[in-house]
Amino acid sequence: MIDLISELLSYHFIVRAVIVGVLVSLCSALLGVSLVLKRYSMIGDGLSHIGFGALAIAAALNLAPLAVAVPVVVGAAFLLLRMSESRRVSGDAAIALASTSAVAIGVIVISLSSGMGNDVYNYMFGSILAMSRGDVILSVTLSIAVLALFVLSYNKIFAVTFDETFARATGVHTKRYNMLISVLAAITVVLGMRMMGALLISSLIIFPALTSMRVCRTFRGVVICSAIVSVICFLIGIVISYAAALPTGASVVAVNLVVFALFSAVGALLHRA
Amino acid sequence: MIPLITCENVALSYDNKIIAENLNFIINEGDYLCIVGENGSGKSTLMRALLGLKAPSEGTITYGEGLKQTEIGYLPQQTAVQRDFPASVFEVVLSGCLSQRGAKPFYSSDEKKLALENMERLKISDLKKQCYRNLSGGQQQRVLLSRALCATRKMLLLDEPVTGLDPVVSSELYCIVKDINKQFGITIVMISHDIHSAADHADHILHLGGDDVFFGTTEEYKNSEIGKAYLGGHHHD
Repeated sequence: MIDLISELLSYHFIVRAVIVGVLVSLCSALLGVSLVLKRYSMIGDGLSHIGFGALAIAAALNLAPLAVAVPVVVGAAFLLLRMSESRRVSGDAAIALASTSAVAIGVIVISLSSGMGNDVYNYMFGSILAMSRGDVILSVTLSIAVLALFVLSYNKIFAVTFDETFARATGVHTKRYNMLISVLAAITVVLGMRMMGALLISSLIIFPALTSMRVCRTFRGVVICSAIVSVICFLIGIVISYAAALPTGASVVAVNLVVFALFSAVGALLHRA
Repeated sequence: MIPLITCENVALSYDNKIIAENLNFIINEGDYLCIVGENGSGKSTLMRALLGLKAPSEGTITYGEGLKQTEIGYLPQQTAVQRDFPASVFEVVLSGCLSQRGAKPFYSSDEKKLALENMERLKISDLKKQCYRNLSGGQQQRVLLSRALCATRKMLLLDEPVTGLDPVVSSELYCIVKDINKQFGITIVMISHDIHSAADHADHILHLGGDDVFFGTTEEYKNSEIGKAYLGGHHHD
Protein backbone atom coordinates (compact mmCIF):
# COMPACT_ATOMS: atom_id res chain seq x y z
CA MET A 1 0.00 0.00 0.00
CA ILE A 2 2.76 2.46 1.00
CA ASP A 3 4.74 1.42 -2.08
CA LEU A 4 1.70 2.08 -4.21
CA ILE A 5 1.22 5.55 -2.75
CA SER A 6 4.87 6.56 -3.06
CA GLU A 7 4.86 5.31 -6.65
CA LEU A 8 1.72 7.36 -7.23
CA LEU A 9 3.30 10.50 -5.81
CA SER A 10 6.37 10.18 -8.02
CA TYR A 11 4.27 11.33 -10.98
CA HIS A 12 4.02 15.11 -11.18
CA PHE A 13 0.65 15.05 -12.90
CA ILE A 14 -0.81 12.94 -10.13
CA VAL A 15 0.56 15.22 -7.42
CA ARG A 16 -1.07 18.15 -9.22
CA ALA A 17 -4.33 16.25 -9.51
CA VAL A 18 -4.23 15.37 -5.80
CA ILE A 19 -3.62 18.97 -4.72
CA VAL A 20 -6.42 20.38 -6.84
CA GLY A 21 -8.71 17.43 -6.13
CA VAL A 22 -8.41 17.73 -2.35
CA LEU A 23 -9.12 21.46 -2.43
CA VAL A 24 -12.05 21.09 -4.82
CA SER A 25 -13.50 18.22 -2.76
CA LEU A 26 -13.29 20.39 0.33
CA CYS A 27 -14.98 23.40 -1.30
CA SER A 28 -17.70 21.39 -2.95
CA ALA A 29 -18.51 19.50 0.25
CA LEU A 30 -18.91 22.71 2.26
CA LEU A 31 -21.07 24.44 -0.33
CA GLY A 32 -22.96 21.25 -1.02
CA VAL A 33 -24.48 21.20 2.47
CA SER A 34 -26.19 24.51 1.86
CA LEU A 35 -27.13 23.75 -1.76
CA VAL A 36 -28.66 20.37 -0.91
CA LEU A 37 -30.62 21.74 2.06
CA LYS A 38 -31.90 24.67 0.03
CA ARG A 39 -33.07 22.20 -2.67
CA TYR A 40 -30.60 23.64 -5.15
CA SER A 41 -28.78 20.37 -5.91
CA MET A 42 -29.59 20.67 -9.60
CA ILE A 43 -27.78 24.01 -9.86
CA GLY A 44 -24.45 22.21 -9.49
CA ASP A 45 -25.41 19.81 -12.26
CA GLY A 46 -26.62 22.62 -14.52
CA LEU A 47 -23.46 24.63 -13.97
CA SER A 48 -21.22 21.73 -14.93
CA HIS A 49 -23.02 21.28 -18.24
CA ILE A 50 -22.70 24.97 -18.96
CA GLY A 51 -19.03 24.63 -18.06
CA PHE A 52 -18.75 21.89 -20.68
CA GLY A 53 -20.07 24.26 -23.33
CA ALA A 54 -17.66 26.98 -22.22
CA LEU A 55 -14.64 24.65 -22.26
CA ALA A 56 -15.53 23.44 -25.75
CA ILE A 57 -15.70 26.99 -27.06
CA ALA A 58 -12.46 27.94 -25.31
CA ALA A 59 -10.69 24.95 -26.87
CA ALA A 60 -12.03 25.77 -30.33
CA LEU A 61 -10.79 29.36 -30.04
CA ASN A 62 -7.46 28.28 -28.55
CA LEU A 63 -8.06 30.25 -25.34
CA ALA A 64 -7.04 29.30 -21.80
CA PRO A 65 -9.85 26.94 -20.68
CA LEU A 66 -10.25 28.07 -17.05
CA ALA A 67 -10.00 31.77 -17.87
CA VAL A 68 -12.99 31.40 -20.20
CA ALA A 69 -15.03 28.91 -18.21
CA VAL A 70 -14.87 30.61 -14.79
CA PRO A 71 -16.54 33.89 -15.84
CA VAL A 72 -19.07 32.14 -18.11
CA VAL A 73 -20.18 29.72 -15.40
CA VAL A 74 -20.27 32.42 -12.71
CA GLY A 75 -22.52 34.43 -15.03
CA ALA A 76 -24.68 31.35 -15.58
CA ALA A 77 -24.95 30.89 -11.81
CA PHE A 78 -26.42 34.41 -11.51
CA LEU A 79 -28.94 33.63 -14.25
CA LEU A 80 -29.93 30.20 -12.90
CA LEU A 81 -30.51 31.63 -9.44
CA ARG A 82 -32.62 34.45 -10.89
CA MET A 83 -34.62 31.86 -12.88
CA SER A 84 -35.10 29.64 -9.83
CA GLU A 85 -36.51 32.58 -7.90
CA SER A 86 -38.86 33.82 -10.61
CA ARG A 87 -42.30 32.35 -10.73
CA ARG A 88 -42.62 32.14 -14.52
CA VAL A 89 -40.42 29.15 -15.28
CA SER A 90 -39.99 26.65 -12.49
CA GLY A 91 -36.42 26.33 -11.30
CA ASP A 92 -35.71 22.73 -12.22
CA ALA A 93 -37.12 23.14 -15.73
CA ALA A 94 -35.03 26.28 -16.24
CA ILE A 95 -31.89 24.44 -15.22
CA ALA A 96 -32.66 21.49 -17.48
CA LEU A 97 -33.17 23.84 -20.42
CA ALA A 98 -29.96 25.76 -19.82
CA SER A 99 -27.79 22.71 -19.23
CA THR A 100 -28.93 20.66 -22.23
CA SER A 101 -28.64 23.70 -24.50
CA ALA A 102 -25.09 24.32 -23.31
CA VAL A 103 -24.12 20.68 -23.94
CA ALA A 104 -25.64 20.81 -27.42
CA ILE A 105 -23.72 23.99 -28.29
CA GLY A 106 -20.52 22.51 -26.86
CA VAL A 107 -20.86 19.31 -28.88
CA ILE A 108 -21.55 21.25 -32.09
CA VAL A 109 -18.52 23.49 -31.51
CA ILE A 110 -16.26 20.52 -30.86
CA SER A 111 -17.43 18.58 -33.89
CA LEU A 112 -16.97 21.64 -36.13
CA SER A 113 -13.47 22.40 -34.86
CA SER A 114 -11.65 19.18 -34.07
CA GLY A 115 -14.16 16.43 -34.68
CA MET A 116 -15.66 14.26 -31.98
CA GLY A 117 -13.07 12.18 -30.23
CA ASN A 118 -10.92 12.21 -27.17
CA ASP A 119 -11.76 15.82 -26.34
CA VAL A 120 -15.44 15.19 -25.82
CA TYR A 121 -14.69 12.06 -23.84
CA ASN A 122 -12.28 13.94 -21.58
CA TYR A 123 -14.66 16.83 -20.97
CA MET A 124 -17.57 14.53 -20.21
CA PHE A 125 -15.81 12.05 -17.94
CA GLY A 126 -12.73 13.95 -16.88
CA SER A 127 -9.04 13.34 -17.23
CA ILE A 128 -6.38 13.30 -14.60
CA LEU A 129 -3.93 14.64 -17.16
CA ALA A 130 -5.91 17.81 -17.67
CA MET A 131 -4.22 20.05 -15.11
CA SER A 132 -1.33 22.20 -16.28
CA ARG A 133 0.93 24.08 -13.86
CA GLY A 134 -0.91 27.34 -14.47
CA ASP A 135 -4.23 25.62 -13.80
CA VAL A 136 -2.93 24.33 -10.49
CA ILE A 137 -1.89 27.81 -9.32
CA LEU A 138 -5.25 29.29 -10.35
CA SER A 139 -7.15 26.42 -8.76
CA VAL A 140 -5.29 26.65 -5.47
CA THR A 141 -5.81 30.42 -5.28
CA LEU A 142 -9.51 30.22 -6.06
CA SER A 143 -10.16 27.30 -3.71
CA ILE A 144 -8.49 29.10 -0.83
CA ALA A 145 -10.65 32.15 -1.57
CA VAL A 146 -13.77 29.94 -1.60
CA LEU A 147 -12.80 28.34 1.73
CA ALA A 148 -12.06 31.69 3.37
CA LEU A 149 -15.33 33.25 2.22
CA PHE A 150 -17.25 30.19 3.40
CA VAL A 151 -15.71 30.26 6.87
CA LEU A 152 -16.26 34.02 7.26
CA SER A 153 -19.91 33.78 6.15
CA TYR A 154 -20.63 30.49 7.93
CA ASN A 155 -23.19 31.86 10.40
CA LYS A 156 -24.98 33.89 7.75
CA ILE A 157 -25.02 30.89 5.41
CA PHE A 158 -26.62 28.84 8.17
CA ALA A 159 -29.29 31.49 8.74
CA VAL A 160 -30.04 31.88 5.04
CA THR A 161 -30.19 28.10 4.56
CA PHE A 162 -32.37 27.36 7.57
CA ASP A 163 -34.88 30.17 7.24
CA GLU A 164 -34.52 32.75 4.53
CA THR A 165 -37.60 34.78 5.53
CA PHE A 166 -36.49 35.13 9.14
CA ALA A 167 -32.96 36.03 8.08
CA ARG A 168 -34.28 38.70 5.72
CA ALA A 169 -36.68 40.07 8.33
CA THR A 170 -33.83 40.52 10.78
CA GLY A 171 -31.70 42.39 8.30
CA VAL A 172 -29.45 39.77 6.66
CA HIS A 173 -28.91 40.51 2.96
CA THR A 174 -30.21 37.11 1.88
CA LYS A 175 -29.96 37.83 -1.86
CA ARG A 176 -26.30 38.66 -1.44
CA TYR A 177 -25.62 35.39 0.38
CA ASN A 178 -27.60 33.32 -2.12
CA MET A 179 -25.46 34.90 -4.83
CA LEU A 180 -22.31 34.24 -2.85
CA ILE A 181 -23.20 30.56 -2.43
CA SER A 182 -23.94 30.06 -6.11
CA VAL A 183 -20.89 32.01 -7.33
CA LEU A 184 -18.64 29.97 -5.04
CA ALA A 185 -20.34 26.81 -6.32
CA ALA A 186 -19.78 27.93 -9.91
CA ILE A 187 -16.05 28.44 -9.34
CA THR A 188 -15.76 25.08 -7.59
CA VAL A 189 -17.59 23.27 -10.37
CA VAL A 190 -15.34 24.72 -13.06
CA LEU A 191 -12.17 23.90 -11.12
CA GLY A 192 -13.24 20.33 -10.53
CA MET A 193 -14.92 19.45 -13.78
CA ARG A 194 -11.87 18.85 -15.93
CA MET A 195 -10.64 16.19 -13.60
CA MET A 196 -14.03 14.78 -12.62
CA GLY A 197 -15.81 15.43 -15.89
CA ALA A 198 -18.90 17.50 -16.59
CA LEU A 199 -21.19 14.55 -16.00
CA LEU A 200 -19.73 13.63 -12.62
CA ILE A 201 -18.62 16.84 -10.87
CA SER A 202 -22.03 17.57 -9.34
CA SER A 203 -21.76 14.35 -7.33
CA LEU A 204 -18.90 15.96 -5.38
CA ILE A 205 -21.39 18.62 -4.27
CA ILE A 206 -24.31 16.35 -3.49
CA PHE A 207 -22.85 13.09 -2.13
CA PRO A 208 -20.83 14.27 0.91
CA ALA A 209 -23.71 16.42 2.22
CA LEU A 210 -26.28 13.64 1.84
CA THR A 211 -23.86 11.10 3.33
CA SER A 212 -23.20 13.10 6.49
CA MET A 213 -26.87 13.99 6.93
CA ARG A 214 -27.55 10.26 7.43
CA VAL A 215 -25.61 10.38 10.70
CA CYS A 216 -24.98 13.93 11.95
CA ARG A 217 -27.53 15.92 13.91
CA THR A 218 -26.11 19.42 13.92
CA PHE A 219 -25.41 21.76 11.03
CA ARG A 220 -21.81 22.18 12.10
CA GLY A 221 -21.46 18.40 12.38
CA VAL A 222 -22.83 17.93 8.88
CA VAL A 223 -20.46 20.56 7.46
CA ILE A 224 -17.35 19.13 9.12
CA CYS A 225 -18.29 15.54 8.38
CA SER A 226 -18.96 16.32 4.69
CA ALA A 227 -15.58 17.97 4.35
CA ILE A 228 -13.79 14.94 5.82
CA VAL A 229 -15.86 12.38 3.89
CA SER A 230 -15.35 14.26 0.65
CA VAL A 231 -11.55 14.47 0.94
CA ILE A 232 -11.18 10.84 2.05
CA CYS A 233 -13.41 9.57 -0.76
CA PHE A 234 -11.40 11.55 -3.27
CA LEU A 235 -8.09 10.15 -2.02
CA ILE A 236 -9.36 6.55 -1.99
CA GLY A 237 -10.87 7.09 -5.43
CA ILE A 238 -7.65 8.35 -6.95
CA VAL A 239 -5.63 5.44 -5.51
CA ILE A 240 -8.14 2.92 -6.86
CA SER A 241 -8.21 4.60 -10.22
CA TYR A 242 -4.41 4.36 -10.43
CA ALA A 243 -4.16 0.80 -9.15
CA ALA A 244 -6.97 -0.59 -11.32
CA ALA A 245 -6.43 1.75 -14.30
CA LEU A 246 -9.95 3.16 -14.05
CA PRO A 247 -11.09 6.71 -14.91
CA THR A 248 -10.53 9.02 -11.91
CA GLY A 249 -13.89 10.79 -11.85
CA ALA A 250 -15.90 7.58 -12.01
CA SER A 251 -13.77 5.95 -9.28
CA VAL A 252 -14.28 8.88 -6.92
CA VAL A 253 -18.04 8.83 -7.48
CA ALA A 254 -18.13 5.06 -6.91
CA VAL A 255 -16.28 5.43 -3.60
CA ASN A 256 -18.74 8.17 -2.59
CA LEU A 257 -21.62 5.84 -3.38
CA VAL A 258 -20.18 3.07 -1.20
CA VAL A 259 -19.60 5.48 1.71
CA PHE A 260 -23.12 6.83 1.30
CA ALA A 261 -24.49 3.28 1.60
CA LEU A 262 -22.36 2.67 4.71
CA PHE A 263 -23.51 5.89 6.39
CA SER A 264 -27.13 5.13 5.51
CA ALA A 265 -26.82 1.76 7.22
CA VAL A 266 -25.18 3.34 10.30
CA GLY A 267 -27.86 6.04 10.34
CA ALA A 268 -30.63 3.45 10.22
CA LEU A 269 -29.04 1.53 13.10
CA LEU A 270 -28.65 4.69 15.21
CA HIS A 271 -32.21 5.66 14.47
CA ARG A 272 -33.48 2.30 15.69
CA ALA A 273 -31.31 2.33 18.81
CA MET B 1 -48.11 55.36 25.39
CA ILE B 2 -45.16 55.13 23.07
CA PRO B 3 -46.08 54.31 19.46
CA LEU B 4 -43.79 51.64 17.97
CA ILE B 5 -45.40 51.36 14.55
CA THR B 6 -47.79 53.80 12.90
CA CYS B 7 -49.68 52.87 9.72
CA GLU B 8 -51.31 55.69 7.80
CA ASN B 9 -53.66 55.07 4.85
CA VAL B 10 -51.76 51.92 3.99
CA ALA B 11 -52.82 49.91 0.94
CA LEU B 12 -51.29 46.52 0.16
CA SER B 13 -51.15 44.71 -3.14
CA TYR B 14 -50.26 41.20 -4.19
CA ASP B 15 -49.48 40.44 -7.85
CA ASN B 16 -50.45 44.06 -8.66
CA LYS B 17 -53.94 43.61 -7.20
CA ILE B 18 -54.94 45.69 -4.21
CA ILE B 19 -56.04 43.34 -1.44
CA ALA B 20 -56.37 45.70 1.51
CA GLU B 21 -56.61 49.47 1.76
CA ASN B 22 -57.34 52.33 4.15
CA LEU B 23 -55.43 50.72 6.98
CA ASN B 24 -54.90 53.19 9.82
CA PHE B 25 -53.63 51.99 13.14
CA ILE B 26 -50.99 52.53 15.78
CA ILE B 27 -49.20 49.80 17.68
CA ASN B 28 -48.09 51.08 21.08
CA GLU B 29 -45.41 49.68 23.34
CA GLY B 30 -46.76 46.75 25.35
CA ASP B 31 -49.78 46.09 23.10
CA TYR B 32 -50.94 42.62 22.16
CA LEU B 33 -52.51 42.96 18.73
CA CYS B 34 -54.17 40.14 16.83
CA ILE B 35 -54.68 40.41 13.09
CA VAL B 36 -57.68 38.33 11.98
CA GLY B 37 -59.55 37.94 8.70
CA GLU B 38 -60.39 35.53 5.92
CA ASN B 39 -57.74 33.80 3.80
CA GLY B 40 -56.48 36.22 1.17
CA SER B 41 -57.51 39.30 3.14
CA GLY B 42 -53.88 40.41 3.29
CA LYS B 43 -52.83 39.35 6.79
CA SER B 44 -49.48 37.87 5.78
CA THR B 45 -48.82 40.66 3.28
CA LEU B 46 -49.42 43.22 6.03
CA MET B 47 -46.98 41.40 8.27
CA ARG B 48 -44.35 41.40 5.53
CA ALA B 49 -44.92 45.13 5.17
CA LEU B 50 -44.56 45.69 8.95
CA LEU B 51 -41.27 43.79 8.79
CA GLY B 52 -40.04 45.97 5.95
CA LEU B 53 -39.87 43.02 3.55
CA LYS B 54 -42.40 44.59 1.20
CA ALA B 55 -43.27 48.22 0.55
CA PRO B 56 -46.96 49.19 0.87
CA SER B 57 -48.42 50.30 -2.46
CA GLU B 58 -49.84 53.42 -0.80
CA GLY B 59 -49.53 55.18 2.52
CA THR B 60 -46.73 55.03 5.06
CA ILE B 61 -45.53 52.71 7.79
CA THR B 62 -43.31 54.49 10.30
CA TYR B 63 -41.31 52.96 13.12
CA GLY B 64 -41.42 54.88 16.39
CA GLU B 65 -38.36 56.29 18.07
CA GLY B 66 -35.89 53.67 19.15
CA LEU B 67 -37.25 50.86 16.97
CA LYS B 68 -35.19 49.68 14.04
CA GLN B 69 -36.31 47.16 11.46
CA THR B 70 -33.62 44.74 12.60
CA GLU B 71 -34.94 44.87 16.16
CA ILE B 72 -38.21 43.12 15.41
CA GLY B 73 -38.41 39.44 16.32
CA TYR B 74 -40.33 37.29 13.86
CA LEU B 75 -41.88 33.85 13.97
CA PRO B 76 -42.59 32.89 10.35
CA GLN B 77 -44.66 29.94 9.25
CA GLN B 78 -42.58 26.80 9.01
CA THR B 79 -41.27 25.77 5.62
CA ALA B 80 -40.76 22.31 4.15
CA VAL B 81 -36.98 22.82 4.22
CA GLN B 82 -36.97 23.20 8.00
CA ARG B 83 -38.85 20.04 8.85
CA ASP B 84 -35.94 17.75 8.03
CA PHE B 85 -33.12 20.19 8.67
CA PRO B 86 -30.07 18.83 10.49
CA ALA B 87 -29.39 21.50 13.10
CA SER B 88 -29.17 21.50 16.87
CA VAL B 89 -31.63 23.55 18.90
CA PHE B 90 -28.79 25.78 20.08
CA GLU B 91 -27.65 26.51 16.51
CA VAL B 92 -31.17 27.57 15.56
CA VAL B 93 -31.70 29.79 18.61
CA LEU B 94 -28.28 31.40 18.24
CA SER B 95 -29.04 32.39 14.66
CA GLY B 96 -31.56 34.88 16.08
CA CYS B 97 -28.61 36.96 17.31
CA LEU B 98 -27.39 37.61 13.75
CA SER B 99 -29.52 40.71 13.29
CA GLN B 100 -27.66 42.81 15.81
CA ARG B 101 -24.16 41.87 14.82
CA GLY B 102 -23.78 43.47 11.40
CA ALA B 103 -20.72 42.34 9.49
CA LYS B 104 -18.87 40.59 12.31
CA PRO B 105 -18.48 36.95 11.25
CA PHE B 106 -18.61 35.00 14.54
CA TYR B 107 -20.80 34.98 17.64
CA SER B 108 -19.50 36.53 20.86
CA SER B 109 -19.86 34.90 24.27
CA ASP B 110 -22.50 37.51 25.20
CA GLU B 111 -24.64 36.34 22.31
CA LYS B 112 -24.25 32.71 23.32
CA LYS B 113 -25.36 33.70 26.82
CA LEU B 114 -28.37 35.54 25.42
CA ALA B 115 -29.35 32.44 23.42
CA LEU B 116 -29.09 30.27 26.55
CA GLU B 117 -31.16 32.77 28.56
CA ASN B 118 -33.91 32.78 25.98
CA MET B 119 -33.96 28.97 25.93
CA GLU B 120 -34.30 29.08 29.71
CA ARG B 121 -37.22 31.53 29.40
CA LEU B 122 -39.12 29.10 27.20
CA LYS B 123 -38.04 26.05 29.20
CA ILE B 124 -36.19 24.29 26.40
CA SER B 125 -32.71 24.35 27.94
CA ASP B 126 -32.69 20.57 28.19
CA LEU B 127 -33.23 20.33 24.43
CA LYS B 128 -30.06 22.32 23.65
CA LYS B 129 -28.21 19.53 21.88
CA GLN B 130 -31.25 17.84 20.35
CA CYS B 131 -31.72 17.79 16.60
CA TYR B 132 -34.37 20.27 15.51
CA ARG B 133 -36.01 17.84 13.06
CA ASN B 134 -36.65 15.26 15.81
CA LEU B 135 -38.70 17.64 17.98
CA SER B 136 -42.48 17.76 18.22
CA GLY B 137 -44.36 20.62 16.56
CA GLY B 138 -44.86 22.45 19.86
CA GLN B 139 -41.19 22.12 20.80
CA GLN B 140 -40.15 23.39 17.38
CA GLN B 141 -42.32 26.48 17.86
CA ARG B 142 -40.70 27.13 21.26
CA VAL B 143 -37.28 26.90 19.61
CA LEU B 144 -38.32 29.39 16.92
CA LEU B 145 -39.81 31.67 19.59
CA SER B 146 -36.51 31.62 21.52
CA ARG B 147 -34.74 32.51 18.29
CA ALA B 148 -37.15 35.41 17.74
CA LEU B 149 -36.54 36.63 21.32
CA CYS B 150 -32.80 36.73 20.58
CA ALA B 151 -33.57 39.16 17.77
CA THR B 152 -35.65 41.59 19.84
CA ARG B 153 -36.21 43.22 23.17
CA LYS B 154 -39.22 45.17 22.01
CA MET B 155 -41.50 43.57 19.50
CA LEU B 156 -42.47 40.15 18.26
CA LEU B 157 -44.44 39.34 15.09
CA LEU B 158 -46.00 35.89 14.86
CA ASP B 159 -47.52 34.43 11.70
CA GLU B 160 -50.14 31.81 12.58
CA PRO B 161 -48.03 30.22 15.31
CA VAL B 162 -50.47 27.43 16.20
CA THR B 163 -51.00 26.03 12.69
CA GLY B 164 -50.75 22.24 12.81
CA LEU B 165 -50.55 22.02 16.61
CA ASP B 166 -53.03 20.04 18.68
CA PRO B 167 -55.39 21.99 21.00
CA VAL B 168 -53.45 21.36 24.21
CA VAL B 169 -50.13 22.46 22.73
CA SER B 170 -51.86 25.42 21.06
CA SER B 171 -53.21 26.75 24.34
CA GLU B 172 -49.77 26.26 25.95
CA LEU B 173 -48.30 28.34 23.18
CA TYR B 174 -50.91 31.08 23.66
CA CYS B 175 -49.97 31.19 27.35
CA ILE B 176 -46.27 31.48 26.51
CA VAL B 177 -46.97 34.37 24.17
CA LYS B 178 -49.12 36.06 26.83
CA ASP B 179 -46.27 35.66 29.33
CA ILE B 180 -43.78 37.15 26.91
CA ASN B 181 -46.14 40.10 26.55
CA LYS B 182 -46.91 40.60 30.25
CA GLN B 183 -43.66 39.58 31.97
CA PHE B 184 -41.08 40.83 29.52
CA GLY B 185 -43.11 43.76 28.23
CA ILE B 186 -42.59 42.75 24.62
CA THR B 187 -45.16 44.06 22.15
CA ILE B 188 -46.94 41.25 20.31
CA VAL B 189 -48.46 41.29 16.83
CA MET B 190 -50.00 37.95 15.89
CA ILE B 191 -51.83 36.70 12.83
CA SER B 192 -54.45 34.17 13.83
CA HIS B 193 -57.07 32.03 12.19
CA ASP B 194 -58.59 31.31 15.55
CA ILE B 195 -60.75 34.34 16.25
CA HIS B 196 -61.90 33.14 19.69
CA SER B 197 -58.42 32.63 21.10
CA ALA B 198 -57.47 35.97 19.58
CA ALA B 199 -60.31 37.67 21.44
CA ASP B 200 -59.37 35.82 24.65
CA HIS B 201 -55.74 36.89 24.69
CA ALA B 202 -55.19 40.05 22.69
CA ASP B 203 -55.96 43.56 23.90
CA HIS B 204 -56.33 44.95 20.35
CA ILE B 205 -57.85 43.45 17.22
CA LEU B 206 -57.28 44.34 13.58
CA HIS B 207 -59.88 42.68 11.37
CA LEU B 208 -59.10 42.68 7.65
CA GLY B 209 -61.85 41.84 5.20
CA GLY B 210 -62.00 43.88 2.02
CA ASP B 211 -64.02 47.03 2.71
CA ASP B 212 -64.73 46.14 6.34
CA VAL B 213 -61.63 47.02 8.25
CA PHE B 214 -61.89 47.13 12.02
CA PHE B 215 -59.24 48.33 14.42
CA GLY B 216 -59.78 48.82 18.12
CA THR B 217 -59.55 47.26 21.53
CA THR B 218 -60.88 43.75 22.05
CA GLU B 219 -63.82 45.13 24.06
CA GLU B 220 -64.77 47.44 21.20
CA TYR B 221 -64.45 44.56 18.78
CA LYS B 222 -66.78 42.34 20.80
CA ASN B 223 -69.41 45.08 20.72
CA SER B 224 -68.97 46.00 17.06
CA GLU B 225 -71.16 44.59 14.33
CA ILE B 226 -68.32 42.89 12.51
CA GLY B 227 -67.06 41.45 15.79
CA LYS B 228 -70.47 40.15 16.80
CA ALA B 229 -70.95 38.60 13.37
CA TYR B 230 -67.65 36.75 13.44
CA LEU B 231 -67.51 35.81 17.12
CA GLY B 232 -71.20 34.93 17.28
CA GLY B 233 -71.29 33.12 13.97
CA HIS B 234 -68.53 30.77 14.98
CA HIS B 235 -70.19 29.81 18.27
CA HIS B 236 -72.92 27.94 16.42
CA ASP B 237 -70.39 25.77 14.52
